[in-house]
This record gives sequence, C-alpha cells and structure tokens, in this order.
Amino acid sequence: MTIKTVYKRPKLLKERLFHYCPGCGHSVIHKLLCEVIDEMNLKERIVCIPPPGCSVFAYNYLDIDMAESAHGRGAAVATGIKRVSPETIVFTYQGDGDLSAIGTAETIHAANREEKITAIFVNNAVYGMTGGQMAPTTMIGQKTTTSPYGREVNKEGYPLKMSEILSVVEGTVYIERTAVNSPKNIKKTKKAISKAFQVQIDNLGFSMVEILSPCPTNWKMSPIESWHWVDKEMVKEFPLGVIKDRIKVKKC
Amino acid sequence: MNKYLISGNSVIAEAAIRAGCQCYFGYPITPQNELTEYMALHLSRKEGCTFIQAESEISAINMVYGASIAGARAMTSSSSPGISLKQEGISYLAACELPAVIVNMMRGGPGLGSISASQSDYFQATRGGGHGDYRTIVLSPASGQELADLTQRAFDLADNYRTPVIILGDGMLGQMMEPVEFHKEAPENLSTKSWALKGAKDRPSKIIKTFTSNPNELEEINWRLFRKYRLIEREEVDYETYMVEDAELIVIAYGIAARIAKGAIKKARAHNLKVGMLRPITLWPFPFKKIQEISKRVQYFFVFEMNMGQMIEDVQLALEGNGEISFYGRPGGVIPTPSEVFRILSRQYYQKGLNR
Amino acid sequence: MLIKTIFSGFGGQGVLSMGYNLSRAGMLEGKMTTYLPSYGAEVRGGTANCTVAISDEEIASPVASSPEFIIVMNQPSFIRFQNLLQSGGVFLVNSSLVNIETTRGDIEVVEVPATQLAEELGNTKVANMVMLGAFVKKSNLISIKTLIEGIKETLGKTKPALVDINKKALNTGYNLF
Repeated sequence: MTIKTVYKRPKLLKERLFHYCPGCGHSVIHKLLCEVIDEMNLKERIVCIPPPGCSVFAYNYLDIDMAESAHGRGAAVATGIKRVSPETIVFTYQGDGDLSAIGTAETIHAANREEKITAIFVNNAVYGMTGGQMAPTTMIGQKTTTSPYGREVNKEGYPLKMSEILSVVEGTVYIERTAVNSPKNIKKTKKAISKAFQVQIDNLGFSMVEILSPCPTNWKMSPIESWHWVDKEMVKEFPLGVIKDRIKVKKC
Repeated sequence: MNKYLISGNSVIAEAAIRAGCQCYFGYPITPQNELTEYMALHLSRKEGCTFIQAESEISAINMVYGASIAGARAMTSSSSPGISLKQEGISYLAACELPAVIVNMMRGGPGLGSISASQSDYFQATRGGGHGDYRTIVLSPASGQELADLTQRAFDLADNYRTPVIILGDGMLGQMMEPVEFHKEAPENLSTKSWALKGAKDRPSKIIKTFTSNPNELEEINWRLFRKYRLIEREEVDYETYMVEDAELIVIAYGIAARIAKGAIKKARAHNLKVGMLRPITLWPFPFKKIQEISKRVQYFFVFEMNMGQMIEDVQLALEGNGEISFYGRPGGVIPTPSEVFRILSRQYYQKGLNR
Repeated sequence: MLIKTIFSGFGGQGVLSMGYNLSRAGMLEGKMTTYLPSYGAEVRGGTANCTVAISDEEIASPVASSPEFIIVMNQPSFIRFQNLLQSGGVFLVNSSLVNIETTRGDIEVVEVPATQLAEELGNTKVANMVMLGAFVKKSNLISIKTLIEGIKETLGKTKPALVDINKKALNTGYNLF
C-alpha cells in the first residue's frame, strides 16, 4: 500500500495558530494566498501590504515580505513600491472599510493610473476588529453596532459595490468577485487570485479579487449560519463571478 | 561661474535630483507648485525615476512611504494645509524608521489661510506633527543657496538616521529667485538599503510594521526611537551666529525672519546698538546649549517670528528662567520689513537701558 | 549699496521678464540680488509686478516697502504704486500708455514712450526692453553690455530669432538720454 499526500500545510504558511475567530474567512484566504504564491513561485519577488484590522497580523502567518500600511492607503503604498521596483509583485490585502471607505480615493486613482498592482479585497460587510460597526458594504437592514436598528437606505445609503465601480475605470484589467463559504467557492477564489497575480506578472494593469468572507462573530451567527448567509443574502447585493476581464484585449 | 538664478522651489527640486532623489510624489498647492512642476519636467523622464501627481497629499506621502520601503530616496512637498494631511504618513515613516524628505513651504494659517509666507507651522514641525511619540529633523533654510545645501543634507540625514526630515521653508523663499550654486552632483550609486523589501530572496522574509498588541514591545520600539533622537540631538544641532561677540541684546530668529532680522541688526549696528543674532538652522534638534552658553554673558533676548510666538517656547526652555525675553511676531502671512524690526528692537534696547 | 526696484504693468507686457533679466545681469556682475514675483490668483490680462533688489552685501528682505525705482508700464500700476516710491526716488513711466500726472513733487518722473518706440522698431512686445534700457541708463546699476549678454544667453536658447530685436530695443531705451 502506498501513501499519497492529498493535502498538506502550505509551505509559506508559518507554523502558528491563527488568531482569527472560528468560521472567519481570513484564515482560508491566507492559506489560499500561500498556496498560490508557492505554486507560482513568487516568494522571492512578492511584497504584501496588509491593512490595519483583523488581518493586521497577516505577517504572523504568511512567510513573505510585508509592509504595513495606514488604514486605506494600501494602494498608494503599493504604488510607491511598484514604481521603484517594477519587477516586484505587490499586492494589498484590504477589508471593506479600508478599500471602500477611507481608501476609496487611493484605490480608484491607483486603478486609474493602471498601476501594476493587485488588491485582495476582503468584503465581510462590517468593520471586524473594531467590533462590528457598519461598513460601506453592510447590507440594507443589517444590524451592526453603529446601525443598531438595521442599515436604512435613507440615512446610511446603499451597499457600495467597489468591483462594479472599478470595472468602469479604464486602468483595471481583471476583477472577479468570489466567496470562501464553500469548497467550490474556495477553489474558485484560488483560481481568481492566481489569475490576478498573473495579470500583474504580465504587466497588464490593475487587478482585484473581491472575496465575500464570513464574519460570524460580528454577524452574531454560528459559522455554519454565516456561510449560508453569504449565499442567501450577500450574493444578492454582490453577485459572484468575473466582473471585468480585459486580459485578452490587453495582451493584443 | 556656475550660478543659476532660479526660484527657491526650483532650487529644492534641482538639489534633490542632484542628491539622488529617485521618486517625487506631490499634489498642487500654492506657494510650492514650481517644485512639483520642476520635478514633472526634470525627474519624470529620468531613468529609474518616478514622478506622480497624486490624488491627494495623503496619497503622496504614502507613495513616499512605499518608495522608501523599496529602498529609494523619495520626497514630497506641500504647503501648510497639505502638510497637515501628510502627518499620518510622517508618523508611520518615523515609526517604521524609514527615510524621507518632506518640504513645507509655509503659508499663513490657520485653515486655508493665505498664500503669503508665514512661519506658523513651527510647533507642528518640531513636535512631531502627527500622532505618537516621535520627532522629525527640521531644517530651516534662509536663502536660495541654503535651500540647495540643506536639501542635499536632508537626504543624507534621512538615510543616516532612517528618519523623515522636514525642510521648513516658506512661501517667499519658494517664490524668490536668488543666485545659487549647486555643489554636489548626484552620487553615482547610493548604498543599498538593508531594510528594503523586494521579496524574500536569499534571506528570510521580512516585515516592516509598527502595530503590536504587546505594549512592552511597543515600549521597546519607543525607547529605540528615543535613543536615536538623543543621538541626533547630540550630533546634528546647527546654527549661525551673527555679531554675538559683543552683543548686549541677542535676536533669535530662523528662516526668512532671520534674514529680515539681519537687515534690522545692520541698521542697529549703524546706530551703535550692540545687537547680535542666533539663527537656528536645525529647529529640531534645537540649539539649547548654544543659547545657554550665550546667556552666561547676555541677559536680553529678542525672539522674532512670523507667527504668534512658537519658537519662543524653546528659547524659554533653553534659558530655564535666566535672561529676559521679549517677542515680536507678525502672523497671517504679513512680511515685516527690516526697518520695522529695527524700530521694535531699538525700542527694547533703550527700554532695557542697554545704551548706557 | 542696496537698490530696490519694482516693475509693474499688465500681464503680457513682459514685466516679469524685465525684472528677471535685470536680476540675472546683477548676478552676472557678481552682485547680490533677489527677484520676487507677485504670485497667487493671477488673472490673464490683469496687473503683474515684481521686485528686484541689487546690492553689494547680503539682502535682508526681497520685499520693497519704499523702493528707489518704480517702473510702470500701464495706468493702473501708476495709480497703485506712485505713493510707494521713496522720496527722491525715480518713477519711470511708459508715457505711451499712461496719460496722468503724478501728484507727488518729491520724486523724479522719467517719461519713456516705450510702447511707441517699440512700435517704431516693428514689435510692440519689446516695449519692456525699451523701458529696461532706459532704466539701466538712469539707474547705472549694471552695464548695458552685461544685460545684453545675459539676454543673448537666455533668449538664445528658446527664441534665437528674437535676440536682435530685443537688443535693438534695449539700445533704443538706453540711448534716449
């Protein structure tokens, strides 16, 4: 009888226990990033810009170069690195508050300049680390600590769809929205991440993967419930799939 | 003769390029636009160099932060309101011990204020400016030539101490043209930066970060910064003295105000009033010791600033209650004349009975 | 010696260029000099001015609160600046475009029909250089030779075709008195 390895800890994932809550999407996304970076052989030329927020500790887990950014400024910091060192693959890891509230300007303008960088945009519809406040991506009616009666359109507006907004910005080449709430979606997410990195390797322009990610703690749900909630509620506002793909056009 | 008649803003830009500045990130604001425009014209097409007109001052300073992470000599410039926006980034640069040069061509404040020259950002520049316990080196040029010299020094200081350095000029220095000589050409190859991140090749992965959930670890980071600041205070204080040897009254002024004061002192000397000047060139570190030394002989000090009195607090700290200080200031972007300062100064001189 | 001069007129009359070229000539002669343009929310066709200081020693302030010389190329500048001139100062007036008289008796007024003379040279745009030539003669601050050499250097790079007419204009103004 031979033993075949069908699953192992990714090489680039440090041997350390995650501090993330049970059911949180960050740990899955971290693992996927490690796998992709390893498979694409990028460790020696990749720099990650992690955000303030729950994933500020990403440097405890991913065994790659990392430089912390101020809240929202990831795309500007990535721009600085990439312009100095064009051969480096630079990606930001940002939450919804980071990328779609305080960092809207940095993100849109970096994309518009066609910066050759990648954004991994983790959308969990709340501010996680600060305790579950309303985010631009919070669902209508969703209760958070700063929308205790549920998000009201006439007071707090609509969930902001950054992928769709960025899709009309000329400098973006590839944008896909995925989720990490099922094995099937996780696989798709991994594929999207490697595609986004490939866009950067090929020097085509700005790429982004928006990942719908469960936050059971702040959603006040069990992990299982939160996984279902992504399918049942979130995808209604944030439909999954490729939002923009100009890879072929850009390659010509 | 290799002299150029160019505006102070252009001087800084040219000096920066000659100092090996590879990256410039800016955002338009008067009265420093010529600096950004000069960089657009002369740096943007230079090989291996980057010029970006950012979407905001906040983005510009964060691009500097990114470029510095990647090991480049990087700078940004702005004027007072824009510098306020950059403070977050400057705090991160200080915390992560990354070099950067930030130019503030001050204008009248608070608020949108005026576009006329002022010195109202002394506190902001010398006390760190952003959140947290840190300092930035602050250089205060008073002429076109000094803009060139101090800009080149700023890049060296930033690299040597791995810290952001602020060049604190003003609208008039930026707009005015004076003959300037550039002494240095760009260094052939600047030493590679040990901290630069470009991917974990032939070494373990590295992190540039400030956040920690462990207060003890952060305390150690703060102590490390503090030790560095002590070293800078010991090594890098710079000032100019002018006719202090026999002076009975010492004017303390910096930047454009010092220049105006010099005109006033010349008038005073012509009237046989023994007035001299101490001009701090580094505002942080501040020449505390030199002031203490002068105060052993001189009793009267006259602080002149184009604000409501900010540096005067450092002079008070230096004197520790010894000596008498009087103050003259014009805020809001008003440019006092040498005659005006002479009038105030001589009144002080006579009131203290120094003529007897 | 410290001499401050204000140049003023409409935007487009080459007012800043007069000041710049004077200051640069001062530099070429090894003098201390500063050139300070007015700046800010400028309007096309509005008034422009600049201040030049030339000295043997360090210049304390580039601002002129009571200058020795003022050049006015148009009427609004005449009204704005005539009271700033120090007592005994020299007021050079472009008499082709300014048709009012000063109310001050303590200054010297020099009328230079700069625009008309430039027109006779075939290009009204060099009225500024006619005036600058007259100023150099009147002020004796720098030599006309240095000024012409300086202008050859700066203009020669960008608009060599215009060197000649500028030189002519400078000499025309210089030889007025």
